[in-house]
Formats: sequence, structure tokens, C-alpha cells
Amino acid sequence: MAHVDRQTWDVVVVGAGGAGLRAAIEAREAGLRTAVICKSLFGKAHTVMAEGGIAASMGNVNDGDNWQVHFRDTLRGGKFLNHWRMAELHAREAPDRVWELETWGALFDRTPDGRISQRNFGGHEYPRLAHVGDRTGLELIRTLQQKIVSLQQEDEREFGAYDARLKVFQECTVTRVLKEGGADGGRVAGAFCYERESGRFFVLEAPAVVLATGGIGKSFKVTSNSWEYTGDGHALALLAGAPLVHMEFVQFHPTGMVWPPSVKGILVTESVRGDGGVLRNSEGKRFMFDYIPDVFKEKYAQSEDEGDRWYDDPDNNRRPPELLPRDEVARAINAEVKAGRGSPHGGVFLDVSTRMPAEVIKRRLPSMHHQFKELADVDITAEPMEVGPTCHYVMGGVDVDPDTAAAAGVPGLFAAGEVAGGMHGSNRLGGNSLSDLLVFGRRAGLHAAEYAASTLTRPRADQAQLDAAEAEALRPFSAEGARGSDRAPGPAENPYTLHQELQQTMNDLVGIIRRAGEMEQALERLGELRVRAGRAGVEGHRQYNPGWHLALDLRNMLLVSECVARAALEREESRGGHTRDDHPEMDRHWRTVNLLCTLAGPDGAAEDPDPARGRIRLTRRETPPIRRDLLELFDKDELVKYLTDEELSR
Amino acid sequence: MATGTEPAPKSGTRGVHDASRAAIPARHLRTDRWWLAPAVTAAGLLAFIAYSTWRAFANADYYHAPYVSPFYSPCLAQNCAPMHGGPNWQIFGSWWGLSPALLILIFPLGFRLTCYYYRKAYYRGFWAAPPACAVAEPHAKYTGETRFPLILQNIHRYFFYAAVLVACVLTYDTVLSFRDAHHAWGHMGLGTLVFLANIVLIWAYTLSCHSCRHIVGGRLRHFSKHPVRYRLWGWVGKLNERHMLLAWSSLISVAVADFYVFLLASGVFDDPRFF
Amino acid sequence: MSGQETGPSGAYTAHFRVWRGDADGGGLEDFRVEVHEGEVVLDIIHRLQATQAPDLAVRWNCKAGKCGSCSAEINGRPRLMCMTRMSVFDRTQTLTVTPMRAFPVIRDLVTDVSFNYVKAREVPAFVPPAELSPGEYRMQQEDVNRSQEFRKCIECFLCQDTCHVVRDHEENKGAFAGPRFLMRIAELDMHPLDAASEAGLDRRRTAQDEHGLGYCNITKCCTEVCPEQIRITDNALIPLKERAADRKYDPLVWLGNKIRRRGD
Repeated sequence: MAHVDRQTWDVVVVGAGGAGLRAAIEAREAGLRTAVICKSLFGKAHTVMAEGGIAASMGNVNDGDNWQVHFRDTLRGGKFLNHWRMAELHAREAPDRVWELETWGALFDRTPDGRISQRNFGGHEYPRLAHVGDRTGLELIRTLQQKIVSLQQEDEREFGAYDARLKVFQECTVTRVLKEGGADGGRVAGAFCYERESGRFFVLEAPAVVLATGGIGKSFKVTSNSWEYTGDGHALALLAGAPLVHMEFVQFHPTGMVWPPSVKGILVTESVRGDGGVLRNSEGKRFMFDYIPDVFKEKYAQSEDEGDRWYDDPDNNRRPPELLPRDEVARAINAEVKAGRGSPHGGVFLDVSTRMPAEVIKRRLPSMHHQFKELADVDITAEPMEVGPTCHYVMGGVDVDPDTAAAAGVPGLFAAGEVAGGMHGSNRLGGNSLSDLLVFGRRAGLHAAEYAASTLTRPRADQAQLDAAEAEALRPFSAEGARGSDRAPGPAENPYTLHQELQQTMNDLVGIIRRAGEMEQALERLGELRVRAGRAGVEGHRQYNPGWHLALDLRNMLLVSECVARAALEREESRGGHTRDDHPEMDRHWRTVNLLCTLAGPDGAAEDPDPARGRIRLTRRETPPIRRDLLELFDKDELVKYLTDEELSR
Repeated sequence: MATGTEPAPKSGTRGVHDASRAAIPARHLRTDRWWLAPAVTAAGLLAFIAYSTWRAFANADYYHAPYVSPFYSPCLAQNCAPMHGGPNWQIFGSWWGLSPALLILIFPLGFRLTCYYYRKAYYRGFWAAPPACAVAEPHAKYTGETRFPLILQNIHRYFFYAAVLVACVLTYDTVLSFRDAHHAWGHMGLGTLVFLANIVLIWAYTLSCHSCRHIVGGRLRHFSKHPVRYRLWGWVGKLNERHMLLAWSSLISVAVADFYVFLLASGVFDDPRFF
Repeated sequence: MSGQETGPSGAYTAHFRVWRGDADGGGLEDFRVEVHEGEVVLDIIHRLQATQAPDLAVRWNCKAGKCGSCSAEINGRPRLMCMTRMSVFDRTQTLTVTPMRAFPVIRDLVTDVSFNYVKAREVPAFVPPAELSPGEYRMQQEDVNRSQEFRKCIECFLCQDTCHVVRDHEENKGAFAGPRFLMRIAELDMHPLDAASEAGLDRRRTAQDEHGLGYCNITKCCTEVCPEQIRITDNALIPLKERAADRKYDPLVWLGNKIRRRGD
């Protein structure tokens, strides 16, 4: 095999979204030479899509807020499945992380007394989300990007080179985390990468690798996620021997655009309903009144009149059922469409036009007005929107140590942000994502730096591992001719077609509402797809070839999809982002169960000639008990809904 | 592509046809009528230049009581037509033998020449730098406003100060237009309306100037400490959004006002009096 | 013409010309491709990838006009492909899609935009005020509005692409930061708490002397192409020119500052 270029760094951060950049800043400020590698251009990460804000209990708008209240809200949102320590650290540290952004130049919206303004959001007891209009994610990414640049400017003054201690490798992809002594070995040794522009391979050698690659939404057909969200970090961790946790929990946002096809899945913000928008089916009926579950009967309006009065007089009326938790609303919309009462393009109607004057709509929902006008040619002040559920976020991810963000079982591997699991339990609250990125991005960077600094001998990946990684990456170019021992013979497959079939499978069979039979079917299809993906072939050469890039990403999407399907089949209850038609109730006994996904068998390629043999093995682990003082933040009445009798008696 | 990649130094000045860029022979691929706007702009400006040159050098037919052409106001030489109570200020005395318009027109001309809107208009319309967006310009070299003479565009604010003074004089002329031909007050004619419209547009254009916006408040860092100037800045900003519209309408109105005086002074037309 | 027949759900066949090639050369290639109701140009490019040209290189991310990745030139006009609806074009019209023409081409519709990242690094960063700790920052909304408008920028670099200063004059790339980064200087200069001057940095003077503000002849193409509708010229570049004039060309302001110490 040809020699690949090897570069030596102290810390390698995979991903340049909020978590990755925050980790890189921390590692570089600790004095370590840090490389950031990202699939897109620097500053384009999916974090820019976040609209609402960053949840942090600064108490600028309501001084009753503090970290304990935030912690409580987070645990309730996650239905008590969150790792309590992560939720605690997150709630405690979020304000510092937001204030720090201001010292790097961020400009949040202000309160009248000049502090950072905070807004209300679903599940948060107090106004808590620091925001900049509805483009908070962009502000976050730009601020971190500019902080990176300022650190590079410092280095330029000191060493004469911007890249001396912090370098961004943009438009590059990592295909393997390298380890000392092969994949079954011990410590992390670096990352195997290719440059999208040239197709050239290179190795970043480093004792510490931080995964910050975001989510997995591109495995689903209807998603609010961008093409980058192919579960790379999830798969890299699996292949390196680290377990994933909570993979059955995928959040479907109830209101995504359904038309036109080009924007299907793009988010319609929750504030549309918060400000008075109502959901109607094709018969014009406000159907949500038919979908209030018994446990919420007391808390939601039973008539349209009462619901309408709530907006002006929330103290004496109950809120309308359009504002039920995301999973309930998503389920209801799904049921209406299935019953044939959907809108022309397979959604339902979300209407503000008959609820508010046009001027008010334009003032309160400027970006939604703009979004529908520009993309769908729909004037939301005059006609209803069509919306339907869209895959939004994965709660599951790499099983990490809460304090250090270190991945379990693989020394030198760290994970932060959406790729890490545990923080959000079974369901994430709006606004907790951006704060998660900052809090755990920083922790991952800090502890990766500490780990790297304390490494006495630098681990080194052997040549055989590099050769194997290179061969794996080049396989799509020789798809047809090769009839290798580990692959079933057959014609070359179009990666785009495979991707579409995968998305359809996950959407239809492991979507919002899940059934055992369908998931078994999904696993079968995933097996077949995996075998066919082994024959995914591409035309042309390695220079900026999107077909090739997709062929390589397929491995990751298939691994992650299998994790989701397997874990979802195993968990026989409904909780947060996991709804089982055949097990519709939440079961307290399942709260103590964490499902861990690991790679079955020896590492090897993710391919296996037998479609029936899965690549993922599930194990159960008991949820760690919540610390006593934190439990005491809740009423006993509330705890009995979630904890087992055994836990309560402790 | 790593951020460390410095753009390779390139030689040649071929712009979109530079060897590193996508090989596309066409100077542009626009399919709309991109040439229309610069052509109309150039035609409009040329028409005004032709008209104003004729009128400025004419040195005649610029006063018809109670109206004085805005091209000749204030009149700063001794050879001016006597205007009762009008802006006859003979600063230049008797040695000036040319048209007195030339003495004063330099200020509004300078104001408009260095105006941020007109700069765009003539750079596009006359210089073709660029003719339209994403249409390659014909020049081999470009230094913009970095050197003499175009660096002088930076003195726009002095012309703004001067333009304010000129606008004050034109306001005075408008007040004077509330007289009749015998200088008695309390009368109005069609000319008065023309003058009123003109002075409103002149002020609106002058105050909508980007330099004005900067001076009244734009230069501040903390609006919150200067609430009055902040409000002024907001108003000027609203006007400023219509700077182009005001530039054209005031250009037309000033020509119309002058032409109206010319018609009266040359006896072609009689000013309809209202009272 | 049979190609323009309207199918069941409003689908029709469109004629596309897409530039394909790399730094060594290339040209416009013709495609006939299906278009469905409500699609944008990027959808069509993706359909070409999936059905006719799997290795057609294109850069994109969010597909919602928020990340600024899919910049290209459509019928000669710099635009985001994801925000250009097919319905704005006549069905019989041929659509020409090329990469941005101000930057070196890498392959097909992908260009090397590293010029912009180099320029970004040349603008000195925000200087935090030494006397304030995190959490102590107090700013009024009216004081942050101006900079917030500029921070809406999604860095699609369409303004950099359309600006004739560098588009038509490669040799100016060294001296000229371009509208996006002159706007960044304006953003920092208008930031209510930026302590650059305390640190001995005069952003206004350096805008003129080091970042090529004087090259801008305010012909407003940057504003015309901005997908975020930022009024780059009126609100950033011209105010910055006026601020530079304060420093360099206005003795009255200079005198006033001498007398009253500072203007703000």
C-alpha cells in the first residue's frame, strides 16, 4: 500500500459543531496541539440550524430560577432515564458557558437592564433560553469559530504560524479511529482520514480523540438533519470497541414541513403552537382534543373555548392540547394521517392565519413567515401550513463517563454533544442541546487534554491497521470486479439507491410508532442492505466524489440503524422518544434498564456475507441510582410515577 | 481543504478568466436585461448634465419676480440680476464675468458627485466598474477609491455641510416665493408650489445623506447614552433607505424649478396666481 | 415540445446546463432532468447525482438557507441553490448552473473558498474589556442591534463572489478583505464593549490601511446578492467609510475629539 501522510497532534477533535469547537478551544487553551477535523467547511456545522436558544438558569428574567430547577426540568423531560450526574453538571455549568461566550464576542438579545434575555420554552419552568432572535445556533457556531480564529492569531504572533497549535482540517472525513495494537488493542492512537477535495488519505496521530460528530438523522427519510448526520461518531466508537447507550430513543418533532418535497422535514418551530397555532385535519376538526391521554386529562383543556382562553388567562384555564409533549402530538398527527384525514401532502394543517391578525403573525413569527413564503410559496398569514413529524434528534450515543466525557472501555476516546448518550434520558428538552454542547464539549476537551498530557509514550498504530483502513475506504471503486472472500457476489449497487431504501426502511418500520413485527422486518432488511452495501460502487475518481463519500457513510448509517432497531425491539415499554404500539405504557421497571449496543464479534469490517447475522450485540445494565439530595428536589408523589418500589424504599 | 491553504499567488489580470477559475469563455451568463438599469441611469444623468450645462452657462432667464432659479441661488457676483430681497450677495464683486451659476453650482454638484448613491450610479452607468453584478468589467486594472483622485470621495461630508447651507438659501427663496411680482407678501402662484415641492425634496435628499446619518448618530458607539441623537439617527435612517429615490426626484425637481423660472423669465408662460 | 409536457403532479422535464470540470478545464454539460412541483435548484442537482451523474460534485449542508454552503451561479447570478425555487423560471428556459466564478474551481460546482478563511484570520478578534468578568457584561438592545444585523451573516461568500474588486481582478485579493470581512470589522467597531482601542488597535484606520476599504466603490452588488438581506453597503461599508473619514479626513472631528477627549 502507498504511504499515507502521518501528522502528529496531541488531541484530535472529530466534528466542528458546538461541542467539537468548544472541546478544541479547551484543549488548545490547556496548551496542547489540537486538530479539528470536519466534513463540511469550517462554520457550517449542523449547530447553525438550532433556533430556540441555549438553556441556562441565569435567572435574568425570573430570579426564581437556579440550577436545581433546571436539573428537575431536565429529568422530568427525560422521564428519569437521564444519567443524573450529567444532568447535574449540565444544569450547574450552563450559565458559565453562556457568559463565557459573551467574552468571545457573542451578542445575545438583551433584557431592559442590559443582561442576556431569556425566553420560555416547552418543559422549562422559567424563562431560561438565552437567544438571538431565532438564529441562536448560528450565533453559537460563529462565536466559537471566531474564538478559534483569535487563538490562531495568538499563535501567529507567538510562533509565526496560525496553525501552530490549532488547526482545522475542513472537508475531511474520519473513517476509523486507530488504536495501538490493532482494533482489539488498548489505547487510541489517532484517526484515519481522507480529504474530500482530493480523496487523499492521511493519518492524524494523537493519544486522545474527541468525537463530536452529532446525530444520525440521515438514516431516516423525513428528517430535520443535514447530510452530515450519518452517525459517523456513533459508528467510529462502536468500531473502536466503545458501547452506545439509549439508542432506542429518537426524538421526532411533531411539526416539520411536509411540502414541497425539497424541504420535507424542515422544522416548524414549537412557538407557532405556543403563540396560538392550532392543528386541524382535512375535515377542519381540531383533533388534538381526541388525543389527550388519561394522565394529562386534568392538565389540558377539554373544549376549544377553554383552550382559547388560556392564551390570555393561563391562571384560570387549562392549556390547549396542541401543547402536549412532543411525542403525544407527533403520535396524534401520525394517527390522523393513517386514518385518511391528512392534508393533501400527507400531513395535517397547522393554522395561525385564522387565529391572529397578519401583522401579529409577522411580528411574532418572522422566520416562519419567511420560511414558508420562500420555500413553499405559502403565506401563513392567509392560509394554513402543512406539517408532519420529522426525525430531529437522537438521545442515544456513546456511553461516557459523566465527569470526563471519556468513552467507556477505550482509553483516549472521548465524546460530547449529540454523539454522547445519557444526558437527555429518553427525551430532550428544547434548549438543552446547545447547553449540552458547551458544557460537555468543554469537559471533553479538558479531559482529553489532561489525558494526552499525561501520556508518557505516544501510542502508534501499526501499518497493517492503516492498510486495512485504506482498503476499506477504496472498496467502492472496485465494487463489481471484486469477489472477495468476505463478500457475496453480485452486481454493483448504486449508493444513492441504497441510502433511499435505508431511509424508507427506518422511517416506515422503526419510526415514531414501533411494533415488534415491523422492527424484526427492519432488522432483516438492514441485513440485506448491509450485504448489498458491500457492493456499493462508484464511478469517477477520488477527487470530490459525492457518490464515494456516500458509499463510505453507508457503513455508519447501517451500523447505527441496527443499534436503533435492536434496542427499540428490546425495550418493551413506551417512554419519551420510544413509542411501542404493542407496549403503550411506561413501565417503572424499565427505568432501571440501560441498553448498551456493542459490536458483535471481532472488529473486522462492518460487512458480513450473511444478512441474518447482526453486527450489534445488546447488553443490559442497571441505571445508576440518583444521588439522594438530588432526589429530594422532587415530591414523593411525582417519584412514585417513575421509580420502582425498591428504589423508593432506599 | 485545510484552512492553512494560502491562496496561490496568481499572475495576470484576467478576472473570471483567470486560469484557476472555472473555464467559462463568456464574460457573464446572465440572461436577464442587466444592461437596462445602467443604460437608463446613464441616459438620465446625461440628460441632466446637458440641461444643466446649458442653463448654467446661459447666464440669462433665471429670475422672474418673485422666483429665482435654484441654479443661480445664492447669486454671488455683481453681474447678477437684481432680486428684490433675494439672495444677491456680491462676495465675488465685479471681476467675475462668467455666469454666476458657476460659482454656486460647484457645491450641489460636488455634493451629488461624491454622494454614495450617485457614485454607484456613475461607476456602474459610465465607468462600467462593474456594469452590473456578476458581469465582468472591461478594465484591466482597478484601484477603486484608494488613490487620487477618487480618494477625494472621502470629503463628501464637507459637501454635505455646504449643501445644507445651499438648502437653507433655497428655503429662503421658497419663502420669498410667497410674494407677488411686486414683492408684496401673502401671495401664492403655481411657482410657489413648484418651489415648495422642490425644497421638500432637496431637504429630504440632503438629510438622507449617508454622511448626515453618520454625523447625527451613526458615529456613536452607545446609542443608549444619547437618546435624542439615536432617535434622529433612526429618522435619518428611514430617509436614507430611500436615498436613491430622493436623489432622482430632487434632481428632477430642481431642474423643473429652474425650467419653470426659465419659462416665466423668457415670457413663454405666465405664472398662474392663486391669490 | 414533448420535453416540457406536464406530468401528473405537475412534473416536467427541464433543460439544465451544468459546468463540469476541474482546474485543468471543463465546460457546460447538457442534461434533461425531471422537475417536480415545489422543488429548488439544489433538488435538481441532487436528482442529477442520483440518476445521471453520481460523481457530480456539489457542496451543501442544511438545505434551508441557514448554513451558506450551496453557493453557485444560476443563469449568471450568484445565489444559494437551496433557496432558488424552480417555479421562478420559465419551464422552457434552459438553466445554467456554474460554480462561483471569483474563486478557484476544485471540481464541478465546488470552489476553493480558502481566500475567505485567510481574510477572516486577518481581522483582529473581539477584544474583551479587561475590567469585566464573564457575567458582568451589560449591553442595551439598541446598542447591539447594528452588530446583530451583521452577525446574521451565514458566510455563503456570495458577496465575496460578486464583488468586482476581486472577481474581476485576481491581483486585488491580497489587499482587499471583501465585503464580508469589512462588515466584520464594522461589526466589531460597533460592538458596545469591544476594547480594541484600549489595546492600541484602531479598527477604522486599519480598515482603510490594511483591509482595503478604499477599494470598495459602493456599487452594492454585495447587498443585492445577500440571501440574508443584510444591508451590507448602507449599514456596514458606508458607515465604516465614514468612520475612517472621521479618523483620516476630518479635522473638525479630530479637533472635537481632542477637546472633549472622546466622541462617544
